[in-house]
Amino acid sequence: MQKFNSNIPTGPLENRWEKHKFNLALIAPQNRKKYNVIVIGTGLAGASLCATLGEAGYNVQSFCYNDSPRRAHSIAAQGGVNASKNYQNDSDSTWRLFYDTIKGGDFRARESNIYRLAQLSCNIIDQAVSQGVPFAREYSGYLANRSFGGTQVSRTFYARGQTGQQLLLGAYSSMSKEIASGRVKHKSRCEMLEVILIDGKARGIVVRDLTTGEISSHTADCVVMCTGGYSNAYYLSTNAKGCNTSATWRAHKNGAYFANPSFTQIHPTCVPPTGDSQSKLTLMSESLRNDGRIWAPKNKEDCDKNPNDILEEDRDYFLERMYPAFANLVPRDIASRALKGICDEGRGVGSVVNNQRLGVYLDFSSVIQKMGIDKVKEKYGNLFDMYKSITGENPYEVPMQIYPAPHYAMGGLWVDYNLMTTIDGLFACGEANFSDHGANRLGASALMQGLADGYFVAPHTVANYLARGQFEKVDNDHPEVLAAIESVKNRIDSLMNAPDPKHSPDYFHRKIGSILWTSCGMARDKDSLENAIASIEKLKADFWQKIKVTGVDKDFNQTLEKAGRVADFIELGHLMCVDALGREESCGAHSRLEYLAESGDAKRDDENFGYVAAWEYSDDKPLLHKEQLDFEFIKPTYRDYK
Amino acid sequence: MNFTLHIWRQKNTQTDGSFFTYKISDIDSDTSFLEMLDQLNEQLIEKGEDCIVFDYDCREGICGTCSLVINGHPHGEKKATTTCQLYMRDYANQKELWIEPWRAKSFPIVKDLAVKRESFDRIIQSGGFISVSVGSAPEANSQLVNKDDADCAFDSATCIGCGACVAVCPNASASLFVAAKINHFERLPQGKIESKKRAERMINQMEEEGFGSCSNHRHCETVCPKEISVSNIAAMNNLL
Repeated sequence: MQKFNSNIPTGPLENRWEKHKFNLALIAPQNRKKYNVIVIGTGLAGASLCATLGEAGYNVQSFCYNDSPRRAHSIAAQGGVNASKNYQNDSDSTWRLFYDTIKGGDFRARESNIYRLAQLSCNIIDQAVSQGVPFAREYSGYLANRSFGGTQVSRTFYARGQTGQQLLLGAYSSMSKEIASGRVKHKSRCEMLEVILIDGKARGIVVRDLTTGEISSHTADCVVMCTGGYSNAYYLSTNAKGCNTSATWRAHKNGAYFANPSFTQIHPTCVPPTGDSQSKLTLMSESLRNDGRIWAPKNKEDCDKNPNDILEEDRDYFLERMYPAFANLVPRDIASRALKGICDEGRGVGSVVNNQRLGVYLDFSSVIQKMGIDKVKEKYGNLFDMYKSITGENPYEVPMQIYPAPHYAMGGLWVDYNLMTTIDGLFACGEANFSDHGANRLGASALMQGLADGYFVAPHTVANYLARGQFEKVDNDHPEVLAAIESVKNRIDSLMNAPDPKHSPDYFHRKIGSILWTSCGMARDKDSLENAIASIEKLKADFWQKIKVTGVDKDFNQTLEKAGRVADFIELGHLMCVDALGREESCGAHSRLEYLAESGDAKRDDENFGYVAAWEYSDDKPLLHKEQLDFEFIKPTYRDYK
Repeated sequence: MNFTLHIWRQKNTQTDGSFFTYKISDIDSDTSFLEMLDQLNEQLIEKGEDCIVFDYDCREGICGTCSLVINGHPHGEKKATTTCQLYMRDYANQKELWIEPWRAKSFPIVKDLAVKRESFDRIIQSGGFISVSVGSAPEANSQLVNKDDADCAFDSATCIGCGACVAVCPNASASLFVAAKINHFERLPQGKIESKKRAERMINQMEEEGFGSCSNHRHCETVCPKEISVSNIAAMNNLL
């Protein structure tokens, strides 16, 4: 196992990545075809990495659970991608993007990583444009920008409400080019269920073919996980239904540390939940907050009235009141917490779920008056249509309702500056790692990170790892390969044949989701976290006794897929609560009720908790390792958005 | 709400399938179509039966995974909508629903309602890209793009690759899918250079995959959840 060492370079911040790249070992072009890399997941990070490694000449085997690599959940990102091009001449710079990101993350991320991310942001736009990504443009033909979530500059590039889709199609098209060249071999509808370790190094994976149930092993010289985030642990989230933690959790159980698992982002602008049959929540782009005004009735009696009948003086534009400088554009964690506060006071609107109205208004009436309905249509038309098709209400006439929903996981596999986990030869990119967003991610930064990792960071650091190692061929009958296959088969067997089969995977998924949402969601405290930990331990035992999977395992069996994922969510959920309990401070999205300022803002404790919590798996009790965060260039300050 | 559902069930690609009838009751009108099927599957689990396989992922109309023919209409009757964005309130006047998979030789049924669409991936691999490698991209604003062209390129690029256009076409043609990709790149200066070669390759691959030709039925644009226009097909033909 590699040491728990972040491998951060030293020296001036501006030169660190350059210097580090120079010190990385290279493989000559003619030798690259001798090396094999496995990439799991084909979202922005995975597809961009497959494309780049293929172009460089490596052999890549890639896998995804969807029926096509084009469908990964990166497609759902609506708002945009940040880059410090400073096209709008509003004093943007690499330094400002770096500063905004580190402050947005509430000083719980590494300076070196974020600076690198900010530096690479401009290359991403260049790359995407050259691939034919149809970004929004001005009549002059130049690229357009908008300001987005928690920043005071216009640095966000966008393609209507489909930026993620278009960027992914760009990466997918490049990856397709490499599949055609034969350097990337791709398999869809496959789920990774185990890592194969040989002499402590990641040398392969075990996958299940989701259509036939066949279990197979695949070996290589190293493995890169680009498997996304775990917000689906909450059951209801904005993630695609298939998003899961299984790959990262398998890695964790094999020795990869899991960092800051409790850092999960609850996005403020989602369509509110309506009832029990709901299977997911839908995000409405944060860009709506650029023009829409968020309000709730001042008086509880008004909560069930038609909003158009509530007088202007009876409306509380609470974000504008609480945060005059940033108003409706405060970062996501702050907006979400404020929304929850209003609904907890009993001033929420919309349908009653669990005895509470969960929603506030996002109102465009003044903008429609000012800009005219056509302009609003041009800018937000697709979002308004989407809202109408989900809720059956017309947002041009009645204000939309929004409520926060789990959306993104800042936590993930711990990685060093090279994006390598604590397992030698096992890398993690994109949302699957923990590296760049600290305790809260700013809008339009996820696409940036996934693509920076895949196009510009991992291709170099993976090559360095390959260049410095020696890799004997691993046969398919190697004892470790056979053992990994055996462990996968045993697990499937336990899922198929529980002693007292009673409840479906969704039943258990709702249970773990509800525990996490209540105790490890937007507000957390010691007692409820302790209770949650006890409940999850019981739920885990229950699950393995009572999980009911119908059909057979050697078949296309979506019930079995779900069961395996829920089993991992339950274990991860436990670690999320342990992490949240241990972090006796509030920071970013991690809001401990005991550690909030009177204003409701997070009260950080840098002296005692200025670290990354990296958890080592143990059957008994997870072990905490601390990576102290040093701030050499920016002095952590109180995150004031007032 | 109560419904009688006739659902296509098929064990695998090799076997024949047939409709099975199920009753489902007490469905809330705010329930989505796929959530209704989730509930049916929960009931099947309760009875100890194998669940109905159907494809879905994002459930917000953008990933292109979901693919059901409902009462003869790919993605249902509602315009510009994917299956996952249908709600049971849209079916207030229908008591009986016939639910089938996409039907086309080039989309073999894997099980029940799920089909294999790798033929689409292979069409993209044949030429649906700009041959640029990471590292060689020039500064993004060094090449200006007329806004109208950029907007048109976007309109074509918005295809989600769901395959409804094929499912509805009497010839099972993939022309709309192929034309949208070709036209997306053709409208952009950076994509124009390879346009002709790209079109030839993609069209050849489409034929090789067994998709039919376009004979101007124009059903494709009416079912396309992203409202991609058949004018893309005309533009494609002009390139040849």
